[in-house]
Amino acid sequence: MRKAKLLRGASQSTSYALLLATSAVVLLPFYWMVLSSVKTNHQLFTTPVQWWVWPLHLSNYSRALSLIPFWRQLGNTVMLSALTVIGTVLSGSVVAYGLAKVDWPGRKPLFWLLIVTMLLPGVVTLVPTYVIFRDLGWINTYLPLIIPAFVGSPYYVFLFRQFFLRIPESLSEAARIDGASELHIYARIIMPVSRPVIASVGVLAFVQAWTEYLGPLIYLNQPAQWTLSLGLTAFLTKYSVEWNLMMAAAVVFTLPLIVVFFVGNKYFVKGISFITDVG
Amino acid sequence: MWGLAFVSPWLIGTGGLVLYPMALSLYYSFTNYDIVSSYQFVGLANYGGLLRDPQFRQALGNTFYLVVVMVPLSLVVALGYALLLNVPVYGQRVFRTVLYLPQMVPTVASAILWMWVLNPQFGLVNTILGWFHILGPLWLNSISWSKPSIVLLNVWGIGGAAIIFLAGLQGISPMLVDAAKVDGAGLWRRFRHVTLPALSPLILFNAVMGVLGAMQYFTQAFIMGGGESGGSSVGLGNSLQFAVVYLYEVAFGDLRVGYASAMGWVLFMMMLVVIAVLLRVSARWVFYEGWRKQ
Repeated sequence: MRKAKLLRGASQSTSYALLLATSAVVLLPFYWMVLSSVKTNHQLFTTPVQWWVWPLHLSNYSRALSLIPFWRQLGNTVMLSALTVIGTVLSGSVVAYGLAKVDWPGRKPLFWLLIVTMLLPGVVTLVPTYVIFRDLGWINTYLPLIIPAFVGSPYYVFLFRQFFLRIPESLSEAARIDGASELHIYARIIMPVSRPVIASVGVLAFVQAWTEYLGPLIYLNQPAQWTLSLGLTAFLTKYSVEWNLMMAAAVVFTLPLIVVFFVGNKYFVKGISFITDVG
Repeated sequence: MWGLAFVSPWLIGTGGLVLYPMALSLYYSFTNYDIVSSYQFVGLANYGGLLRDPQFRQALGNTFYLVVVMVPLSLVVALGYALLLNVPVYGQRVFRTVLYLPQMVPTVASAILWMWVLNPQFGLVNTILGWFHILGPLWLNSISWSKPSIVLLNVWGIGGAAIIFLAGLQGISPMLVDAAKVDGAGLWRRFRHVTLPALSPLILFNAVMGVLGAMQYFTQAFIMGGGESGGSSVGLGNSLQFAVVYLYEVAFGDLRVGYASAMGWVLFMMMLVVIAVLLRVSARWVFYEGWRKQ
């Protein structure tokens, strides 16, 4: 018995040591990013490396933000992300309602179509979609980036569907007997009890929109329209040796997502648990 | 009819943004369409051209490196990490939060961060290697180390896959583990005969997602391949020219829409083959609770 206890203690401390080590490895690049962002150019390129500097060279931040139209691009990114979240939640829940809560013959085959489109790679549609949007005159507008969110991206429809299936049928059945329309049941009964999945889809879609690169790269050609993803790469090509400025810009770009993560932490994990439930 | 009304936005979207583009892409792949001038049918010339295109061959080679090296490595690391995060220790919540943090760094920011972290002379990684008297490689400035650099960056961002495994681990009934313990199964045998079978559907899921991601790898490679000068975007000696990076250049740099469309279809078919092989092989080891394949 004592031996078992000792063994368990040993394996516990081994796990602990391993956890601390891996966490350190994961966190070090973050520290490196912040540290570099407050160094002078001279401090960046000295050996041995300075692991701490004082005073902090905070003026890097104001300089970095003034070198690109930062506030403009931040505004664009916020606007695009917000519209994407609204579109994704609206369309995702509406479509999922039709797939999970309405009993009609199309329900099953369309679910399979959903699964198929989920797995279809973007590599085939990338170029022709560009041609289509170009023919519509949508290049250098935000439409090609926003419209897809409003027609229901399969992955988020799927998450909503998984959640809706778990809501007891008796809830909507009772309303139906009272003569409520489907639209009413969707808006007044299903959506109010679906806050967890709305939050999960919301944060996941927000992160995706905030970090999106290829779409803006293809469709937006004017710096005034750019998102921060594009602004940051433009920065790289112009001021590449000034790593302190680059890191300052990267910190500012990353910070909102870290905040979202700490606020919505449990919703990320929930969003993922909807996937594992399928297995 | 209500059902149809509810799904109609997605049906319209799928028609207009998935099915129609796919048909259009197939059509273009038999033409020499270049957006600006009128085009002709060229039959299979685009597909034949791909066969003889050394750049495409190299891009495929680079892409398969990711499929063969990065995907399995990521799976193993993610699984190990998840096992570690499933041990009941004090403060585990904090460790789990840390795991997910790299996922919160925008792709572009993480690519730029890692270019600096991997700086051969003043970067984080080589500084630490220096403590152990190891002369670190040139990373992105070397043909043979540029792809391992990409792999390293992706292993750092392993959180998504690990958290899926973790959720699976938490779903394993403790009774099952206890029963194995009573039967005298040690740590390894419990892992081999209880944990792995229970996780196998998720391993397959992560593997499929990993392959799809690796074969369409773009953003980080596109940015890091440009190097610190921000010049060409395919890395030293084209070592970071992956399939989609090449497709992007052909389509949006040279405007060769027909050729790029053919490339898209070839890549799509290759993905289908790889996934089919994966599913085929997995039928032997994936275990679904409640039923067994005959």
